[in-house]
Amino acid sequence: MAETMAHAVAHHAPPQGFIRKYVFSIDHKVIGIQYTTLSLVAAFVGMALSWAMRIHLAWPDMRLPILGWLSPNGAPGGLMTPEYYLSLMTMHGTIMAFFVLTAAPFAGFGNFMLPIQVGAADMAFPRLNMASFWVTFTGFLLACATFFIPDGPPLSGWTAYAPLSAVGSVAGPGQGWGQNLWGLSIALFCVASLLGSLNFIVTVLDLRTKGLKMSRLPLSTWAWFIDAWVSLLAFAVLLPTCLLLVLDRLGGTSFFIPGGLVFNDQLQPHSGGSPLLFQHLFWFFGHPEVYIIILPAFGLVSHIMPTFIGKPLVGGWKVITFSEIAVGTLSFVVWGHHMFVSGMSPYMAMVFSVPTLFITIPSVIAVLVWVFSLYGANIRFDTPMLYSLGFISLFITGGIGGFFLAQPSTDSYLHATSFVVGHFHFTMGLSAIFATFAGFYYWFPKMFGRMMNEKLGKLHFWLSFIGVYCVFITMQLTGMSGAVRRYSALVDDFMVPLIPAYRFMTIAALLLGAAQFIFLYNVIWSRFKGPKAPDNPWGATTLEWDTTSPPPFDNFGGRQLVVHHGPMEYDGDESLMQTSPEPSIAGT
Amino acid sequence: MAGKIFAAIVVLVTLATAYCVIAHVWWMPVDISVHGPKIDQQLEETMLVAGLLFVAGQVVLAAFVFLYGGAKNRPKQIPGGAKYLVLFAFLIVGAEILALSFVGSKAWGAVYFEAPDPNSLHIDVQAGQFAYYFRYPGPDGTFGALHPELINEGNQNFFGIDTDHDPDAKDDIVTAEMAIPVNKPILLTLHSKDVGHSFDVRELRVQQDFVPGLIIPIHFTATQTGRFEIVCTQLCGLGHYNMKAYLSVLSQADYDDWLKKQAAMQ
Amino acid sequence: MKAVAKIAAMVSALLVIAAGLLYSSRTVSAAAQGQITGTIKLDGQVPHQKPIDMSKDPSCAQTHTGAPATAENVVVGPNGGLANVVVYISQGLSGNESVASQPVKMEQKGCQYFPHVLAMNVGQHLTVLNDDKTAHNIHPEPKPGGGNIPWNKSQMEGSPAVDAVWSTPEVAIPVKCNIHPWMRAYIAVVKGPFGVSNESGSFKLDGLAAGTYTLTAWHETYGTQTQTVTIAAGKPVSVDFTFKAK
Repeated sequence: MAETMAHAVAHHAPPQGFIRKYVFSIDHKVIGIQYTTLSLVAAFVGMALSWAMRIHLAWPDMRLPILGWLSPNGAPGGLMTPEYYLSLMTMHGTIMAFFVLTAAPFAGFGNFMLPIQVGAADMAFPRLNMASFWVTFTGFLLACATFFIPDGPPLSGWTAYAPLSAVGSVAGPGQGWGQNLWGLSIALFCVASLLGSLNFIVTVLDLRTKGLKMSRLPLSTWAWFIDAWVSLLAFAVLLPTCLLLVLDRLGGTSFFIPGGLVFNDQLQPHSGGSPLLFQHLFWFFGHPEVYIIILPAFGLVSHIMPTFIGKPLVGGWKVITFSEIAVGTLSFVVWGHHMFVSGMSPYMAMVFSVPTLFITIPSVIAVLVWVFSLYGANIRFDTPMLYSLGFISLFITGGIGGFFLAQPSTDSYLHATSFVVGHFHFTMGLSAIFATFAGFYYWFPKMFGRMMNEKLGKLHFWLSFIGVYCVFITMQLTGMSGAVRRYSALVDDFMVPLIPAYRFMTIAALLLGAAQFIFLYNVIWSRFKGPKAPDNPWGATTLEWDTTSPPPFDNFGGRQLVVHHGPMEYDGDESLMQTSPEPSIAGT
Repeated sequence: MAGKIFAAIVVLVTLATAYCVIAHVWWMPVDISVHGPKIDQQLEETMLVAGLLFVAGQVVLAAFVFLYGGAKNRPKQIPGGAKYLVLFAFLIVGAEILALSFVGSKAWGAVYFEAPDPNSLHIDVQAGQFAYYFRYPGPDGTFGALHPELINEGNQNFFGIDTDHDPDAKDDIVTAEMAIPVNKPILLTLHSKDVGHSFDVRELRVQQDFVPGLIIPIHFTATQTGRFEIVCTQLCGLGHYNMKAYLSVLSQADYDDWLKKQAAMQ
Repeated sequence: MKAVAKIAAMVSALLVIAAGLLYSSRTVSAAAQGQITGTIKLDGQVPHQKPIDMSKDPSCAQTHTGAPATAENVVVGPNGGLANVVVYISQGLSGNESVASQPVKMEQKGCQYFPHVLAMNVGQHLTVLNDDKTAHNIHPEPKPGGGNIPWNKSQMEGSPAVDAVWSTPEVAIPVKCNIHPWMRAYIAVVKGPFGVSNESGSFKLDGLAAGTYTLTAWHETYGTQTQTVTIAAGKPVSVDFTFKAK
């Protein structure tokens, strides 16, 4: 008991009043829902941007009056300009990578579930937690604000390569205040991520309930814990990078701008900076970022699967967890593979190529664990499981592309083609989205106390799964012909024959997007009209299922939990809650 | 039922993908460089290795989902557990990776680790928003010095050379199209006047970024005559999609004529 | 008799025309306006204007299949007249000059600007059109801090006309298209009457009240020259400028 008393740091009284309860709440569950909602909104914004881009690529002469209304400068008469296309592309990448893929599976579900899964009443630092969300929210508002300034959003891509991003509006429309706001928005996002990671790490290390050894942690908690470390080290690099970029823009410094640059026949007053320095700093963050996005997805799928296959994963918690640790660690030494053709020393390319290829080994182990765990299983095809299976398939497809891009020789042909775009949409974009959907369908009953509609859920899955393959396998394969990415129109002689393929992708993308409204309808309908959820609808074993749906303010109604088992006590329809004092199920 | 549908979709996608790859529905254009076949070979070998892994991964996933969907048996683990999986990953995938790195480093080295031929034709390439310009040294074989403050595009001084005072610059030939003689080693020095750009000729299997502040040399030899597109693959601003130039690979005689004509137009 | 009748008819016709002209000039320039006309010459060797290679954008190159377009830094007519010189009043204006009401038009045709040099009033509307089968970006770059705000807008085939107004006099704002970096135009923004010389070098400024003015001629390559002119009420004045080739 003395041990549990020491853990009482996170206890705080239930908040009073609407504002403290639902807006500036320090309750991790409310914050988790806030993050998830923010991501959901951001995802629909990001998706709408991708529709506009895809329509423009397929039918460049089509007028979209809504765009003309939204941005009279960017789309005069509804006809999208090249700069507006690039702005939409930049914001699609920024919103999706940061405010959807980084936020939802980590900050969203992590906030809600991690303290419950470790048997704590809240995060270690509830106020910091509240600050994380509101800083993220402010960052998102700044990012959205770029759409409403006269110059429009920046056009330098989510990677914001200097000096295009650093010299200001001489480099083009959107490179004025749009890029400033972008830099500040991402800097805020970094601050929020640093605070959040710190909170996750301390909560896992300090607030675990009695008997919850690290070896008994749920696999989702493990993934968030590893992810928090990667996130802490990576965002700590992106934050100063953004600040230096903003200084170059507003403070007259030249961190990333060399001397002798001429824009519009005017010599620029900068000297001594290095564009390659920006690329190194960005990708030192940027590659771990890919794993910051995908590690929680690993965790979610590993956490969800045992419930629906009626047995633990092959190799227990260790094999999958050590793969994740290996992936997280190696992710810090592979960043140079984004820069094979950047002018970096060709010898360095070899140095970065080898760890990049070796990072496939832990990834392959994780995939083998998931696939071979299906062997001899009793698979139940509830929507969360379907999405987990979809995740595995997409991740395999995405991972395969990595073999080509990890080698400098083959990358020198495929670099900056739509092969790369297809590849990363599979590996980190859609894999992570599918895992997030799995988590959403899985935890919705716990978060809101209501079940989601299974029929709509399955329909959503089938349409999404087929739609994703139609769009992105086509995108990746057209890259073999050298189709260049980030082009707002297909004017090159060799790009013109690809127009039919681009039209096919556009139609598929619109259908894929339309399918997401089934999900939105399901969420809203189920939230208010769904059948009441029992405490443990899936027959799972971890602590979040050992309390009411939704959990009370302090998560367990004052109960002090004692954990006796690991998280994967399953045998067919039989399962054992982690807190059950009964002996382990034989054979696990 | 859901398991069978899932398996069917996965198998269909795998077959469709395999068809597109094997039938070369979208594929690399014919190679026209001396070093290119090494890259093509590496890409084809990678395709074989990665393609087999892709098909195997998807098919095994589909098979397990098909076989074990809703089975009401007592669940069992795969014999031997994770040991064999980890061994497979380390030995088979590890071996493939080592092989790819080893062979791949040769293909890469053939392009980047070898010094350019001393008899190469040297062409200076400048990228700027949103066009390429090329500079041939003229009869004196020497390039004039660059003075960025003299750049005046309205006056066709794209490089910022001082033709009035600099004797080296007087005979420099500046062109908007790049022509090279076939089978002659070419050395390019790439520099940018503003932001990052890229020099990408698919048929040459050459892609290299321009980095502002750096002069980056690349070299190659073209083996076929023809007209090809040089396109920008590094996001450089609003005209990125329209930033290109043509590369003409000519016979030596045609090249000499072309250069003469260009010199007359300076 | 016949001859006398002919002469009388011609004289009376001339008188009628002259009266008409007098009357019309009175109505147009109610405030008793004068006119400045003149010719601008280039003294010395005309610099070589390099041909423009538009191969970068085939849709541009196709519009110049005959003789290639050339740079337009110095355009000299057959009689030695220097074109594209902006002539305007730099001192002596009363401040009550009206703003030209018609919008001035700039066209992008064959991936060049027409006209290459144009002058307009502060507050007058500029209409930019794209007649090409490609996209242009219109990028005027006024001097920083001078009061005019730079902008940069793409105009694609089929995009609506771009409209702009300048708030401060500036001679001259360079305009360029980054997609076709050889494209260059100059917009001189002035108060009061202005003229731009044509290929024969002649120019005309209308609607000046009597008084003494400083007349400035600006050329993109040869800079500015000034002359002081005094205009008596209703009398046209002739002023010539000669620029020296470097």
